[in-house]
Amino acid sequence: MTGPTERMTGARAFIECLYREGVDTIFGYPGGVLLPIYDELYSSNIRHILVRHEQAAAHAAEGYARATGKTGVCLATSGPGATNLVTGIANAYMDSVPMVAFTGQVPSSLIGNDAFQEANITGITMPITKHNYLVQDVKELPRIIKEAFHIASTGRPGPVLVDLPKDITTDMIDFHYPEKVELRGYNPTYQGNLQQIKKAAAEIERSSNPVIYAGGGVISSGAAAELKKFAEKIQAPVTTTLTGMGGFPGDHPLFMGMPGMHGTKYANYAIQEADLLIAVGVRFDDRVTGKIKSFASNAKIIHIDIDPAEISKNVKVDIPIVGDAKWILSHLLKHTGKAQSEEWLKKIAGWKELYPLHYLEAACKDDIKPQYIIEQINEVCPDAIIVTEVGQHQMWAAQYFKYTEPRTFISSGGLGTMGYGFPAAIGAKVARPDKVVIDVSGDGSFQMNSQEMATIVQNNIPVIIAIFNNGFLGMVRQWQEIFYGRRYSSTCIRDSVDFVKLAEAYGALGIRVTKCSEVRPALEKAIASGRPTLIDFIVECEENVSPMVPAGAAINEILDLERKE
Amino acid sequence: MRHTLSVLVENRHGVLARVAGMFARRGYNIDSLTVGVTEDPTISRMTIVVRGDDEVLEQVTKQLNKLIDVIRVSDLKAEDTVEREMALFKVSSDVSSRSEIMQIVDIFRARIIDVAPKSMIVEVTGDETKIEAIEQLLRPFGIKEMVRTGKVALRRGAKGVSS
Repeated sequence: MTGPTERMTGARAFIECLYREGVDTIFGYPGGVLLPIYDELYSSNIRHILVRHEQAAAHAAEGYARATGKTGVCLATSGPGATNLVTGIANAYMDSVPMVAFTGQVPSSLIGNDAFQEANITGITMPITKHNYLVQDVKELPRIIKEAFHIASTGRPGPVLVDLPKDITTDMIDFHYPEKVELRGYNPTYQGNLQQIKKAAAEIERSSNPVIYAGGGVISSGAAAELKKFAEKIQAPVTTTLTGMGGFPGDHPLFMGMPGMHGTKYANYAIQEADLLIAVGVRFDDRVTGKIKSFASNAKIIHIDIDPAEISKNVKVDIPIVGDAKWILSHLLKHTGKAQSEEWLKKIAGWKELYPLHYLEAACKDDIKPQYIIEQINEVCPDAIIVTEVGQHQMWAAQYFKYTEPRTFISSGGLGTMGYGFPAAIGAKVARPDKVVIDVSGDGSFQMNSQEMATIVQNNIPVIIAIFNNGFLGMVRQWQEIFYGRRYSSTCIRDSVDFVKLAEAYGALGIRVTKCSEVRPALEKAIASGRPTLIDFIVECEENVSPMVPAGAAINEILDLERKE
Repeated sequence: MRHTLSVLVENRHGVLARVAGMFARRGYNIDSLTVGVTEDPTISRMTIVVRGDDEVLEQVTKQLNKLIDVIRVSDLKAEDTVEREMALFKVSSDVSSRSEIMQIVDIFRARIIDVAPKSMIVEVTGDETKIEAIEQLLRPFGIKEMVRTGKVALRRGAKGVSS
C-alpha cells in the first residue's frame, strides 16, 4: 500500500484509486492513449477481462453490477473506443445500474483540434450519465474518481463517466486519496417522511383492493426481504416489473407475475380494479401502464422512490414518499396493519385459475415450444442467474421462470438493447462463478455481440448461451403478423449461420437441440461440462408472446395470442 | 404561465451545457437564461425564465435538482422579487427625429450611450413591460438592431436564495 503522499504517475494513481474503491475486476479494451494505464494494469492485482468490442465491456460491467450490487467498471480508449461504450452506458442509465466508465482521451493540448481518435465523450454522454467528468489536472484525479464511485452507487444508482486525457496519466502527482466526498449539489434522501408513512399506513388499512407494484428499486435498495414481510403483513398481492423480477419470490402465493404489455392477465386486472396501488421503486414505464389515462384509474397511489423526479412524472401520485425503499418499507411495516383484502385475494385467486399463463402443446409432439425450454431451465437449475437479450425470449424468460431471489434475473429493461445479454452474462458469471449463468438469447440478439465467444473461451468463463432459434427477429415478426398482415419485412434470418459450428470455431462446446426430449439432457450436459457452451434450440418459428396488450390500449384490454394449430 | 427560476450552480465548465441540454432533452422551453458569477466565486447564478403549468414547473425543478452541479433551485414569485432586464436599441435618427427620441428616453429614464449621424444607441433597464413599452415607441423611428440581456432577479428582503 502506498503512503499518503507518495509521488507517482496519474496512471499509477488511477490503479491506486481503484484499489481504494475495492475494484477487483474491470472490463476493457486497450488503445493508444491508454498505454500508460494498461502498463500499470499489467502488474496490478486487478483482473482485467479483455472483451472483443467495447460495447461488451459496458454491458459486462453492468452484468457484474447487477449480479452483485457492486459498482461495475469498464475502460475504453478515446474516440471509437469511447463511442462504442455509449449503448452500454445508456442501458445502465435507463435501468439505474451503478457503473463507472473510464475513457482515454487525446492529450489535453489536442482536445478540440479534431485530433486522431478524438471524440467529445463527455458531451456525447451528458444525457445518458448521472454525471461525467473530464479530468483537467492530475491533482483532481483522486477526488474525481472518489466522487464518481460515490455518485454511481448512492441515491438512484447510475453510470458515471470519467474521461482521462493521456497527459493526465503520465503527469506526476503526490498521491493522496480523499476520505470524504463533498458535493453540495448532491445529497440523496434515504429516510422517508414519517408523516407520509403514517398517511400511507392509514390508506393501506382502509383499502380493500390493494396491489403492490414493485420494480428495480427494490433490488437496488436491497429491500426484497422487507417487501416480502410488508406484503404478507398487509395481505396485498404483488406484481413486479421486468427489472423487479426476483424482488419478490416468484413462487409466493401473493405473487402475480409481471404487469403490462406482456404481463399476466390477473396482474393487469388487479391493477385496474385496485383501490390502492403501492408503487415501490418503479417509474410507471409505458410498457407497464399502457394507456396512461386509464391506468389504475380507480386507485389511490402511494409512490415510494428515491428519485423525487419520478414522483408524478407519468402518473399523478396521491401519497409520495421519497427515500430508500428498504428504509421506508421497514418503517411502514411498523406503522401499518392489515388491509381488508380477504375478498380481494379470493377474487385474484379466481382470476389466476381462469386466466393462467399458458401455451398450446406443439402440433408435432417433438417440436420445441420456447416456453417449455424456460420451464426446463427452471427445473434443472432453479438457482441460476438468468440473463436475457431483448425480444420474445426475454418475455418468456420473465413469464415462465420463477425467480425466488433478487439479482438472479438480469435483463435490459428501459433501453431494450439487443446484444445486451451475452456480455452482461459474462459480467454476471465473473462476479458469481459459483452460480450457473445462462444467457437466454434469440438468434437475432445473439448475433449483435457474438464476437464475445472469444472472451469467454480465452478467459474460461463458462457461460451457457441458450439460443431460442426461430429464424426470425421474433418480436418484430409478431407485430408484423398481428398489425401488418404477416408481411415479414426484413425479419426473416433463417439459416444464416450454423451456431454450433460457430461455437466450435471459438473452441466452445456447441449443442444443437431439435426435439423436446433433448432439451433437458442438453442443459444438464452444458452445466456438467463446466465449459463455455452454446445450445442452439430450434424452436417453433412463429410462436407468439402471449398475452399481449396492444400499444396504446388500457392494460385490461389484454389479448390471448396463442397460435391455433 | 411563466416562471422565474433562480438556480445556483457550481461555477465549472460544462454546467451551462448540462442545464441547457436537460431543457432540450425533456422538451421544456426557455424564454430567457442569464448566467453570472455570485458573491461566492465558486458559485454562478442562472436566472431562467421558463413557460409551463405547475406540473411542468415541478418537473423542471426536480430535473434541475438532479444535476450534480446544481446546488439550489428557487421559483421566484413576482410579488416578492425584484426583476430587471437591460436592452440596447440602435435607432435610426437624424436631426429631425433626434430630440423626439431624446424625450422618449427621458420619460423612460433610459440613456443614450452612442450618437452617430444616422443612429443612436439607447440603453434601458427595467422590467419586461417597460422594455416592451419603449421598444414600441422607438419602433416608428426604425430599430436597426436590438439586444436584450434576459431577466435577472433577486428575492426582496434579507432572505436570499442561497440562505
